Amino acid sequence: MSRLTANARVIRALGMRSVRQTFRRPQLIAPIIVFPTLLLAIQTGGAGASIALPGFPEVQGFLQFMLAGAMMQAMMLAGNSGGIALAVDIEMGFTDRLFTAPIPRFAIVLGRLAGTAVLGCFAAIWFLAIGLIFGAEIESGAAGALLAIALIAAAAMAVGGIGAAIALRTGRASVVQGLFPLVLVILFVSSAFFPQELMIEPAKTIAAYNPLSFVAEGIREPIIAGIDATTTLAAVAAILAIVALGLALSAGALRHRLRVG
Amino acid sequence: MAAIAAQGLERAFGKLKAVQGIDLAIEEGEIYGFLGPNGAGKTTTVRMLTTLLLPTGGSATVAGHDVVAAARAVRASIGVALQEAALDPLMTGRELIRLQATLQGIPGAEGRHRADSLLERVDLAAAADRRVGTYSGGMQRRLDLAAALVHEPPVLFLDEPTTGLDPISRRTIWDEVRGLNDTGTTVFLTTQYLEEADRLADRVAIIDSGRIVAEGTPESLKAEIGNPHIALQLADGSVAEAEEVCRAVGPLLPPVDGRTVLVEVAHGAADIPRVVRALDEAGIAVESLELVQPTLDDVFVATTGHHLLEDEDEDGRGQADR
Repeated sequence: MSRLTANARVIRALGMRSVRQTFRRPQLIAPIIVFPTLLLAIQTGGAGASIALPGFPEVQGFLQFMLAGAMMQAMMLAGNSGGIALAVDIEMGFTDRLFTAPIPRFAIVLGRLAGTAVLGCFAAIWFLAIGLIFGAEIESGAAGALLAIALIAAAAMAVGGIGAAIALRTGRASVVQGLFPLVLVILFVSSAFFPQELMIEPAKTIAAYNPLSFVAEGIREPIIAGIDATTTLAAVAAILAIVALGLALSAGALRHRLRVG
Repeated sequence: MAAIAAQGLERAFGKLKAVQGIDLAIEEGEIYGFLGPNGAGKTTTVRMLTTLLLPTGGSATVAGHDVVAAARAVRASIGVALQEAALDPLMTGRELIRLQATLQGIPGAEGRHRADSLLERVDLAAAADRRVGTYSGGMQRRLDLAAALVHEPPVLFLDEPTTGLDPISRRTIWDEVRGLNDTGTTVFLTTQYLEEADRLADRVAIIDSGRIVAEGTPESLKAEIGNPHIALQLADGSVAEAEEVCRAVGPLLPPVDGRTVLVEVAHGAADIPRVVRALDEAGIAVESLELVQPTLDDVFVATTGHHLLEDEDEDGRGQADR
């Protein structure tokens, strides 16, 4: 068995454990599915009339517009939950088991992120299904749905990398859990929940530079209009930037953990 | 080739020197006991030898591989069961062993086979599909040990493997460790149980304040301390007469109560008939008699100036190195 194959097996095994762990621990699955579903229901029911505002993108209905926001929220919270789970592993010594195995240490982080990506996929499919059940159309069809799922999975991995870095650096689940409100703030100053054109300053400017806005638009576009190469590439670039940041922070945090034990 | 070797191994945390120049030479097939009180540096040493922590000075090899330069080769050669069983309470026992097999690069079918046979070996086959969180402390320790053995490592690190276990579970682990050692596995065992070190270890190192202060077989260490003594409990309280008789056999030790006489003997059990005869001739009735060998705690006191067991709990456990 080549080293590449062996590493892939390890990443898959750790990813599967991560997914099982999430489904077996209600406090990890609730933020990914339950909270965004509730928020989607509340916003769709309470702010549906906003689609009539001048400058609001042309959509079939507010639910169709909001699907990307719900998926973004689930994705961010999946990343955060992955960080919490890793910190719990550190607290209970489980990572020591992984660190004493003859595997590259980056495989431990990648395994966790693979699990986060699967959860991102699951969340994306969940919200697309909800949208379809309640009458929202996906304008670009199956290809658009697959694109949205792929972008959410990749973005979940990217955000999870930052969560993992914080978990590795601090080793404390409470610290990662404490980022929960910050995650929502960062998301609210993006175009995930509201069109950027209708925001007021300074949120409008912040949203214009917030990488999450590019990801949100990349997911929304195939749902409300059609696949657009420029929007998709911008989303991919934003995800890659977050991935680079997450990997750099994780690598530094891994080195730190080895130094301090 | 030494299974584990260290020269001047050091670890500092800021200004605190947790380990201060440890030398080790542990032969293949040995059980090496590492005994010390809370904060002595036992766990820090284990973490350096298992590549979990970088040394700040000195060098060490495990199974011939440098713990810094060839960390991955070290990790392929060792099994590790750390102080607190590092188990995920949400996984089942079978899932954990299979994951461990994957981490060790064991192919799927072989990994499944080994997992099943190991679970059988540590008597967890019936509980294999239950979540680990439902296991008792003894079951968790046995599972942790099984996970450490999945790749049949030549060197096994056990960091306080029986802490908190009931006597029956403790003996089960001891039997397992002895069985492993019989197959040639080198075992590095930290413990806070004197009895554990005494019974299991071929050699014992006593660590205090980050330094090894004594090393040798349990017998040789105890022999350096002095002779055994006979503890006589008298039936009728004739302590003064008994002391007079025993003084002819050997020097008396300070009494512990008004009914017991302690007399040091040069030849151990061989001196018992002589003592019994002398007391019988003097018409002194003895309620009980015990030959007391020097303990590793006596060795500890002699080398460090304080007891290992100062904070001993009901299980005979001294201070722990956390």
